[in-house]
Amino acid sequence: MTDDRKPMIECRGVHKHYGDYHALRGIDLTIRAGEFFSLLGPSGCGKTTLLRTIAGFEDISEGAILIDEKRMDEVPANKRPTNMVFQSYAIFPHLTVAQNVAFGLRRDPRGKAEKSALVDETLALVGLRGFGNRAAHALSGGQRQRVALARALILKPKVLLLDEPLSALDRKMREQMQVELIKLQRQVGITFVLVTHDQEEALVMSDRIAVMFEGEIAQLDGPEALYARPANRRVADFIGVMNFLPARIVAEQGGGATVEVPGLGMVDLPARQISRANPDDGGPTIGFRPETMTLLGAGATHSQPRETNATIDEVVYYGDMTYYDLRLDGAAAMDGKARPVRISMRNVFGRDVQEVGTRTRLAWSPGSLVLFR
Amino acid sequence: MAKGGLDAQARQGYALIAPPFLYAALVLAAPLLTILAYSFLTDGYLEVVREFTWANYVQVWTDPIVRTVMLRSLMVSALVTLVTVALAFPVAYYVSFLVRPQKKATWLFLITIPFWTSYLIRVFLWKVILGYNGVVNSSLTGLGIIDEPLTFILYNVNSIVITLAHAYAPFAILPIFVALEKIDRSLLEAGRDLGESRAMTFWRVTLPLAMPGVLAAVLIVFIPTIGDYVTPELIGGGKIPMIANLIQVQMLALDNRPLGSALAVTTMAIVAVVSIVFLLINRRFLKVRS
Ligand SMILES: Nc1ncnc2c1ncn2[C@@H]1O[C@H](COP(=O)(O)OP(=O)(O)OP(=O)(O)O)[C@@H](O)[C@H]1O
Ligand SMILES: [Mg+2]
Repeated sequence: MTDDRKPMIECRGVHKHYGDYHALRGIDLTIRAGEFFSLLGPSGCGKTTLLRTIAGFEDISEGAILIDEKRMDEVPANKRPTNMVFQSYAIFPHLTVAQNVAFGLRRDPRGKAEKSALVDETLALVGLRGFGNRAAHALSGGQRQRVALARALILKPKVLLLDEPLSALDRKMREQMQVELIKLQRQVGITFVLVTHDQEEALVMSDRIAVMFEGEIAQLDGPEALYARPANRRVADFIGVMNFLPARIVAEQGGGATVEVPGLGMVDLPARQISRANPDDGGPTIGFRPETMTLLGAGATHSQPRETNATIDEVVYYGDMTYYDLRLDGAAAMDGKARPVRISMRNVFGRDVQEVGTRTRLAWSPGSLVLFR
Repeated sequence: MAKGGLDAQARQGYALIAPPFLYAALVLAAPLLTILAYSFLTDGYLEVVREFTWANYVQVWTDPIVRTVMLRSLMVSALVTLVTVALAFPVAYYVSFLVRPQKKATWLFLITIPFWTSYLIRVFLWKVILGYNGVVNSSLTGLGIIDEPLTFILYNVNSIVITLAHAYAPFAILPIFVALEKIDRSLLEAGRDLGESRAMTFWRVTLPLAMPGVLAAVLIVFIPTIGDYVTPELIGGGKIPMIANLIQVQMLALDNRPLGSALAVTTMAIVAVVSIVFLLINRRFLKVRS
């Protein structure tokens, strides 16, 4: 869907060594013009490092980075068509808000009045109209973040790099800023590269997401594909909640497979539901998301192809949702290990929360399963 | 109730500061007040007459010798301050930005080494180094670079400036170092990111943020050097007195305490004015900071 746009950032076999620590291990990726791209991964996986090599703050040990189809090997940070929103915002404490925003305009040939109008316009764009004369330290976290954004956007960079820009904000503010950032990105049409370790944030905001572990990209996909078809157990575990059950492969035909899963029985899976990317995960495993199965009330009917009996071990009530930990009948049959699975149900009107210890039925479809092998 | 608690706390606070406060009052305020009182009394050769007069101040502000010495003192300490701070900045910058964090403590330790010997001995050493037959001159003549020993390096203002600049270097390096250490390194990256070269980032970000440290260094060097007594006496050979030497002469040699006191008070007032100007400048730099 985005493939017709021209590439804005290309990383080709990028390696980065810090002394004997191998921080980036062969990063290959293409980010297209106008895309909202996220780098997602746990702490220490190299997201910031990758962003900083794109910005030009770190030299790469091997490989090449191209921005707008030009090699960046010899281009210093101040000459790259990128601007960064730092995690700490890096607002200049000795300057006012307006001076901060105008910092990068020094060599702009436009006149003073024109520049000041541009500053006002950019401040308005990020919702800080009238804040120009404020001292930088007299700002809240969210306001600082907007100043950092305005300061970068005013230069109309080809790429805006954002290093966990929302992590310092409280939850409400963060959700609000997420929406504002998406709107802003659509408005200005600049390529955004966002670093985050918050999977929800990445899913909400991005066109595409690269999931990184230990200096490598584990999967690069759109949010839906990433959520529904994680490439391996690790990605599945990192993004949202996924239940895992051991599987035995009974037969294989044309890329698809028939597997036996304790508790779920025999299932036929087509090739697109099979991820083969992680060989060292310890045997074939079936994964499914908590919301893909439905807990049935007594006597309830359903239109799903399959039904399984289970016992409720635990109930966690969240207001809008209820999480159930279940023991599937026959789940321990394979090797005697109990394998609780977690199911989430939306508390819609008329649906009762079930109690611990209840024998219950679970409706599901093989279409929601993923096989990791 | 809360008030009672506060009172107890306040009483405890006063009890805690009482000893140093009394000490300070005794050794600082009392002599200062004595000097201030003396400066308004009449000199009656070898004794002080308890009669109020402005005469000492009139003499201080009109005497051409006092003016010359006062201007020289100001000039020398301004020069010393300039040289010291200008040389201290690169050192502080190097230690803060280029030395690896684990090694910074060692560097600071090395910078304080000059303090291990007494001030007097260091001044004498400079005399040995800069003297007519001193280290500099004998090396240079020995190497055949010069025929005659250089005379402009001892017993003049240059040698006083060199000696004082060396003596006060650590006092200038440390506050500048602290100011540089406090600068968030991501600000410098932000400067580069917004299109400025390293040099312009230094000029637009590092220097303004280091300014409070620089101004502190200026004050720390300027205030004591203007009243320095030993260096002009030894290095200057007594031929180029500064204001402290003049005060000493009046107080002890000529036994004119009222005039000496008036000189001292006047010097203090001038230093205070200069310091306040600098503090006001510093306020401007601090104004928009957190
Ligand atoms: N200057 C450096 N010298 C040595 N090692 C470094 C340096 N910078 C980063 N590293 C190491 O490289 C790895 C990746 O660091 P990076 O900052 O990219 O992580 P990250 O994915 O951004 O993590 P976080 O989410 O915690 O910010 C870490 O293990 C870190 O210790
Ligand atoms: Mg990081």
